[in-house]
Amino acid sequence: MSATALPAFRAPNPILAFIRAQPLGAAGLVVILVMGTAAVFAEVIAPFNPEAIDFMSMLAAPSADHFFGTDAFGRDILTRIIYGARTALTIGFLSSFIGCTAGGLLGVASAYFGGRADLLIMRLVDIVLSFPIIVLALVVVAVLGKTAVLGIDLNLVFAIAIPIIPRACRVVRSAALSVRQMPYIDAARAGGYSSTHIILRHMAPNVLAPYLILLTAYVAQAILLEASLSFLGLGVQEPKPAWGLMLAGDSANFYQEAPWMILFPGLAISLAVFAFNLFGDSLRDWLDPKFRT
Amino acid sequence: MNQVLHLDEGCSHTRPPGVDEPILSVEGLVVEFDTSRGVVRAVDGVSWSVRAGETLALVGESGCGKSVSALAVMRLLAKPAGRIAGGRIMFQGQDLLSLTEGQMRERRGRDIAMIFQEPMTSLNPVLSIGLQLAEPLKIHMGMSDAQARERSIELLGLVGIADAERRLAQYPHHFSGGMRQRVMIAIGLACNPRLIIADEPTTALDVTIQAQILELMKDLSRRLGITLVLITHNLGIVARYADRVAVMYAGRIAEEGPAARVFAAPRHPYTVGLLRSVPRLDRARGGMLETIDGAPPNMLHPPTGCRFAPRCRWRQDICATDPALRQVVPDQSSACHFAEDMPPPPQPLSGHALAPPNAGAMLLEVKGLTKHFPVRMRGFFGGTATVRAAQDVSFRIGRGETLGLVGESGCGKTTVGRVVLQLEKATGGQILFDGEDLATVSSRRMKELRTRIQVIFQDPYSSLNPRMTVGGTIREPLRKRLGFSAIKAQARVEELLDQVGLLREMADRYPHQMSGGQRQRVGIARALAMEPDFIVCDEPVSALDVSIQGQIVNLLAELQGRLGIAYLFIAHDLAVVRHLSHRIVVMYLGRVMESADRDALYAEPLHPYTRALLDAAPIPDPEVERGRAARALTGELPSPLSPPQGCVFHTRCPLADAQCRSVIPPLREIRPGHMAACIKI
Amino acid sequence: MLRYLARRVALMVPTLFGVALLTFIMLRVVPGDVVEVKLRADGGYVTTEILERERARLGLDKPLPVQFVDWMTGLVTLDLGNSMWTGRPVAEEIGVRIGLTFQVALMAAFISVLIAIPLGTISALYRDTWVDYVVRIFTIAGLAVPSFWLGMLLLLLLLTVFHWSPPVTYTPFYENPLQNMAQLIWPALAVGYRYAAVVARMVRSSIIEVMREDYIRTARAKGVFERLVVARHAMRNALLPAVTVIGLEFAFLLGGLVVTEQVFNLNGIGRLFVEAVSRNDFVLIQALVMLLAAVFVTMNLIVDVLYGVLDPRVRNA
Repeated sequence: MSATALPAFRAPNPILAFIRAQPLGAAGLVVILVMGTAAVFAEVIAPFNPEAIDFMSMLAAPSADHFFGTDAFGRDILTRIIYGARTALTIGFLSSFIGCTAGGLLGVASAYFGGRADLLIMRLVDIVLSFPIIVLALVVVAVLGKTAVLGIDLNLVFAIAIPIIPRACRVVRSAALSVRQMPYIDAARAGGYSSTHIILRHMAPNVLAPYLILLTAYVAQAILLEASLSFLGLGVQEPKPAWGLMLAGDSANFYQEAPWMILFPGLAISLAVFAFNLFGDSLRDWLDPKFRT
Repeated sequence: MNQVLHLDEGCSHTRPPGVDEPILSVEGLVVEFDTSRGVVRAVDGVSWSVRAGETLALVGESGCGKSVSALAVMRLLAKPAGRIAGGRIMFQGQDLLSLTEGQMRERRGRDIAMIFQEPMTSLNPVLSIGLQLAEPLKIHMGMSDAQARERSIELLGLVGIADAERRLAQYPHHFSGGMRQRVMIAIGLACNPRLIIADEPTTALDVTIQAQILELMKDLSRRLGITLVLITHNLGIVARYADRVAVMYAGRIAEEGPAARVFAAPRHPYTVGLLRSVPRLDRARGGMLETIDGAPPNMLHPPTGCRFAPRCRWRQDICATDPALRQVVPDQSSACHFAEDMPPPPQPLSGHALAPPNAGAMLLEVKGLTKHFPVRMRGFFGGTATVRAAQDVSFRIGRGETLGLVGESGCGKTTVGRVVLQLEKATGGQILFDGEDLATVSSRRMKELRTRIQVIFQDPYSSLNPRMTVGGTIREPLRKRLGFSAIKAQARVEELLDQVGLLREMADRYPHQMSGGQRQRVGIARALAMEPDFIVCDEPVSALDVSIQGQIVNLLAELQGRLGIAYLFIAHDLAVVRHLSHRIVVMYLGRVMESADRDALYAEPLHPYTRALLDAAPIPDPEVERGRAARALTGELPSPLSPPQGCVFHTRCPLADAQCRSVIPPLREIRPGHMAACIKI
Repeated sequence: MLRYLARRVALMVPTLFGVALLTFIMLRVVPGDVVEVKLRADGGYVTTEILERERARLGLDKPLPVQFVDWMTGLVTLDLGNSMWTGRPVAEEIGVRIGLTFQVALMAAFISVLIAIPLGTISALYRDTWVDYVVRIFTIAGLAVPSFWLGMLLLLLLLTVFHWSPPVTYTPFYENPLQNMAQLIWPALAVGYRYAAVVARMVRSSIIEVMREDYIRTARAKGVFERLVVARHAMRNALLPAVTVIGLEFAFLLGGLVVTEQVFNLNGIGRLFVEAVSRNDFVLIQALVMLLAAVFVTMNLIVDVLYGVLDPRVRNA
């Protein structure tokens, strides 16, 4: 339509513009920020010690003392959910960041150089893509073991990041391939700049949008995956608080008598993933001119 | 039927009542679009009408609202962003805007048909041609499968598609762009509509195919008595095909009247400027091209009063008030305060004539350049094939000289440019730049030479990195390649911005904050920053509007005169090339057909292909057009995947005989300095 | 067509070989091994001698390349080896469980696609209305709710509201269809929600994209009924990308079952896989990974062939 070919001026404040254009996404962002704050200030906010066992109040129903009730060890569920946010967001962010960055760089380089290197990388990606995400994560867990390294669960982070790499690589590569076709890349090549300069200065900034979208989307995936692995007993280990773990073990046995044991952690997982997906979706709509009217 | 003419404040088509009743009249139409930055009035109180059997051309530059007003007639504006906010659309005495959606649907395709700009995407890729043709027949005429099939075969024959019966079972991807547009015309004709609206029907096609399609449309509309509304930006097409013309500017009608009159005695300064700024095939270059200053307004905030005033040479105080569209002389209306007594146009600009070439000093010599691409075929039986993009291409460019490289799509002109730039490696041949063969120099030496060879691309939207400011884009070569200090680079950036006619404060802008013409200037500044001896200009003006094209062509000519840069100017348009080139090379399907000095080529084209190209391009002057025979080249452009044996042009050549099918004609010197690859001359 | 199929099938081999090699390499860098886990689990002191003997029995003392070749030979002759934990043939372990898992997966896929395509279409056609918002929230929630938790909620709901629990023992469909369905429909719903959400989102976005195409405008300009514009002109094109997602997500459906089978106490492939991982039973892990990869690659093939059927550009370029 000829009306859209007019010169475009950027709105003064991108954050305000985002809120106005994507109210649902902004709502997602608010949830993410609230959870993030809870995770950072867990010590201040949480009413109890997450690992404090209290045999006097085992399987207590939600009450004024324990808003979300207690579990089979008498631990406060609200407290464990707040600390669980720390676990979930740390692992989620780290693994998504590692996976998307490694995959993204691989994808950009693959698209820029093309030819045999590209072919080889894409063959490898195809092979790794044949593993369903959770299967590959489980294999990696089998390789790295179940125990945490250096306080954070680096084994888990890698188990989740590795399956993300080929997926991010594919998406970023296809974005980079279309950037590669752009005349400004030809102009840069005709300018005689080095490949590194062209990749970092001209290609990477122009695949930033798909990269950011992927990053958010995979934080959601990673949180879900961490919950699944922890639920299976192959992720975060007791007594560390983690949402997926709270659904496993005794919860799985007793939840018919004490439904709050599974209700709240499950809601926490769903809400976090929902918020990230909502935000990621809106971000995509907002950054992708194809979806703009 | 309602016989009363509906007059609107902006409209005064008072004609004698009777036979000349308009079949369609758009009255005071207002169309608005919601955008993320506010409401845009793309069409703002526009009125035009077309009489039965007539061809009306709606002309104007991109964004002027011509296509939008046509889509509004069909009530096919993109929902929910676009809406009709006012006015009436009277068709056969009935206001189309008062119809229900169901009634409107009945009229679409039956009474009014529309043909769109992009033949490659306008047909459904997964449905057979037969089905797509039969659809309107079954819906509007209630035909059975057999009847629809019979009529479809007849229709394909009508639009010149041979072997119709077999073609019906095929899918759009089996058809070339020109053929798809023929199918679109067949679909449009299916139900014998009273009116066909064609929205830039040939803009996406090559010039020889464009001529075929337009001749077909003209012939059919005359024969079948169909009224035609032709939307175009090409004034040549208007001159050749239109009875009447309505010129649009910034969402309004600037001028309306019989084509011959509007071209001969325009009554609006915009029309005057437009007509004078088009490069013309039939005129030798006098000096610089005329231009219209500035750029069309941002439709989010159009200027008050006359919308053309900010760019108008005859602007007066009164122009701050809105001029009404009114009849100036019988049957011709204009929306200019001074329409009654248009001031005489200013003298043609003298300025820089084409700089004389620096005779003898050779800069670039291309010898026997050949480039083949392997391509993977799609589909179940995909193997690999070879595209022979350039085959034995030779030419020379002297210092400070321009070589125009011309041809239709697939002729290999862009490939030649890319190989010269060493963005692609040649399959064979030599590229001697200042005596060094670029095909064999070390990559280190090539990197050094790259500062001397620069490039300007066609599309100003994608040739600048959207994430870099204008200043950053121009600074990059200075800092990274020429080793300027930050301070020195800053000064040089400002100097370069001055040189290409941009404001210094634009250095902080991003490309999306600039217009197409401004972006193209940034691209030129980036190339100039390296202080090159030679620039490959790959269709540098073909994505720009007419009024902007001239500005860029002039800038390139001026820079050449001042800095002595040589250009390889790649274009599909012989008219633009004429204004800038010392020598011209014409290519077809990867091979050079003809190569000559500019004046010799235009005065006496030797090769039948060059002659066909010159004939196919319409000249923006109805007087001249009337005297020209319509000689459209027949046949399709063959695929570069399987070029014809012998002379590649023999399948479409009027002179071809058996010999041409077997002998590859060598490029030979027929007159001094004038070479052609044809055995028949 | 046959030649193309043959070529495509032949192309699967290197991919599967790559999967095999990668799995093998990853699993052999593991520090601990099944022998220790198994013997130590029994408690008490284990001499190195016993460990070595056990290793030799399992063929773990041979050099790695030999082990790999042995395994590959086994794969080709369909001899998947014996579980390192139970000692029973892997083929047998998988064989008794595979029916259940595939039945659940197929049911889930079937129900999901049936719901997802109309849902996505409606959402696209009524874009930015409340219908669209409801569908979008429903589908984004589908991506957010973990299937195992959804399973728990389903069980809880059945118990508290209907005072009924699904049967716990597996009955093959051909023995008692009703009994079989009563047990398996719930896990199918739990894993199917996500699948339906993914497919519906894909259908929605591809219909939105297709509805912007020039040929849709052409169809409207011809006076085609809006219903026909959607059904004939838009759907055919929009379903192409949806087919890809339906095919490829099927493999991920199986992944979802890995977790969900635990909740429903189903003795399927997923449960077997989790057990194999917790016990470092490489032989079993390898076999299961190969099985899932084979499913994925086969779905890929089916998608490609379907593309050929649906898209004339691919069929006869």
